[in-house]
Amino acid sequence: MNEQVLAKLKILTESAKYDVSCASSGTVRANRPGMLGNTVGGIGICHSFSDDGRCISLLKIMLTNYCIYDCAYCINRRSNDLRRATLSVSELVELTMEFYVRNYIEGLFLSSGVVRNPDYTMERLVRVAKDLREVHRFNGYIHLKSIPGASAELVRQAGLYADRLSVNVEIPTEQNLKRLAPEKDHKSVFAPMRYIRQGMIENKEDRRRFRHAPRFAPAGQSTQMIIGATPETDRDVLRLSSNLYQHPDMKRVYYSGYVSVNTYDARLPVLKQPPLVREHRLYQADWLMRFYQFGVEEIVDEQTPFLELEIDPKLAWALRHPEQFPVDVNRADYEMLLRIPGVGVKSARLIVASRRFGKLGLHELKKMGVVMKRARYFLTCSELPMQTVNEVTPQRLRTLFLPPRPGGDGQLELPFSTE
Amino acid sequence: MTIFVYDHTFEGLLTTVFEAYARKCFPDTLLSERQSLPLFADEPVRVHTDVGRADRVWRALQKKLSAGALNALTYVWLSEEEGADILLFRYIRKVVDAPVRIETCFSDPDVLAVAQTARRVSRERLRLLQFLRFQKAADGTLVGLFSPLHNVLPLGVEHFRDRLGDRRWLIYDTKRHYGYYSDGKQLDEVTLDERDARFTRSSDGRLDAALQSEDEQQFRLAWQTYFKAVAIRERINPRKQKQDMPLRYWKYLTEKQG
Repeated sequence: MNEQVLAKLKILTESAKYDVSCASSGTVRANRPGMLGNTVGGIGICHSFSDDGRCISLLKIMLTNYCIYDCAYCINRRSNDLRRATLSVSELVELTMEFYVRNYIEGLFLSSGVVRNPDYTMERLVRVAKDLREVHRFNGYIHLKSIPGASAELVRQAGLYADRLSVNVEIPTEQNLKRLAPEKDHKSVFAPMRYIRQGMIENKEDRRRFRHAPRFAPAGQSTQMIIGATPETDRDVLRLSSNLYQHPDMKRVYYSGYVSVNTYDARLPVLKQPPLVREHRLYQADWLMRFYQFGVEEIVDEQTPFLELEIDPKLAWALRHPEQFPVDVNRADYEMLLRIPGVGVKSARLIVASRRFGKLGLHELKKMGVVMKRARYFLTCSELPMQTVNEVTPQRLRTLFLPPRPGGDGQLELPFSTE
Repeated sequence: MTIFVYDHTFEGLLTTVFEAYARKCFPDTLLSERQSLPLFADEPVRVHTDVGRADRVWRALQKKLSAGALNALTYVWLSEEEGADILLFRYIRKVVDAPVRIETCFSDPDVLAVAQTARRVSRERLRLLQFLRFQKAADGTLVGLFSPLHNVLPLGVEHFRDRLGDRRWLIYDTKRHYGYYSDGKQLDEVTLDERDARFTRSSDGRLDAALQSEDEQQFRLAWQTYFKAVAIRERINPRKQKQDMPLRYWKYLTEKQG
């Protein structure tokens, strides 16, 4: 390794960092003799956290940042004047293996700009994964980007070496995608997604018959959407996610608050800051759909197509539906417990497990980790009834839960200027 | 106040349980042999560790607890927290006395405390898997130093054995002064004496330049470069970074030594 590789590493990392996917979860695979590495499944292992607070689990890098496409939101678009580089297969393999043994990373997340055509690019990605697995006997995690427009055969090969595949939707509606990325359409994105799904279904069938049939993308697929570059509502975004989650192979949808990288392009809004709060609320809504058994129409409906920025979507739902509360924690079923603001998956499970032994009171709930500051307005327990949301009224509660205004310490402020 | 004195081993703790039931007299405090007695204490009961008796208690527990709850007992023991032993004692007593399985009765303070302590230890184990960094020595041995809050090395060693396959490696707990060495096949617990432990003397745990493999410096630099390049400037968020990667681990992190 030399100076040149170091420079390439820097360039290609900076090109790859806007892809937010980071997970190393979803596959449990023990080491095999003669190989290096394992994958642990569960929540995966984050090896570090960069200065922006995002986790570093995989070596997230591009094979090359040359690209024939000119997508308005992308830093690597062909009309951008930035340093371009291409890593050779051996350089990339060496970096991955050496980082891996030092416990810096869990594996490789490889993406690429499109060179010549999608199939040519995809083939080169597959070659790296194949080299890692078959020549260098690497048994850690591999996440491959599937290039939009790649053929079914190449996606199939990729699935044999990679743990997870992903194709990015980027823009939730087709007409906006067409406007910002004229060379792409939803068909070219959803086709590889479908190939991955089919591959996984067939593989499941195969493995039922032959126990040692090689696994196909055991950690499924993921995708990402850019938030704030186009005027879509949160409802559009979440409905698309909800549709994608209908298929069990779709493990994660990532939301990426748009960072103004190409400020000169008139098709894009000029944002001083990426929409971080909106992104956060979208992730919360995503969690509600995946772990809290909420339907997308419950979170955002026609009247409220955007999530509230000031309070979280679960609390917002509870304030819109005071008739559902208070919930009796000693009787209500698990689904209803999950809907109490201040009760999460962990505490709901603890409640269900322990109420078989006796009634629960406020003290026990607090000890179990229920956030009583919020929850006390929405539940009843074995103790005397408290003021619930119905007595206090949702409007009053909302003002209680609003975050304190910056600089405000609850004092009345008088303007000094006379204008 | 009843006091039992034991040798501060897990077997010793289980023997204490046996002893207490045999005497029909239960301690309020457990002390190890090194600790001094509190004022105005009665003559304490000295418990002599007996592996046979400890084993009987453990087998009784196996009948009354699930595998997960038994694991939790080990985790709580390895937490090395103040009062972990008397907590375990009270918990075991409750488990033995209850007519039904009480391991999920989280409204009981002891059951909840055991579950929560075990969760803390398991989180520290995860931190070991996350934040341990290896350096390659000249002979190819991978050396990793760590000083975890709880005594989690025994819980994480299997993971590294699986992960690193046939490589040689050493993981060393600089706080508790012991570690594990694997030559690719066999795993041994090791303690380094003053002379061997030269490399642990520097505060950031870096190997002497003479002991490093020749490419070590390059890959350190490469990782530091990567770490800097991957952050998005518009999203800088040091609070979140410290939340997920507490400062106490930074000492040995390669990317933070740049």
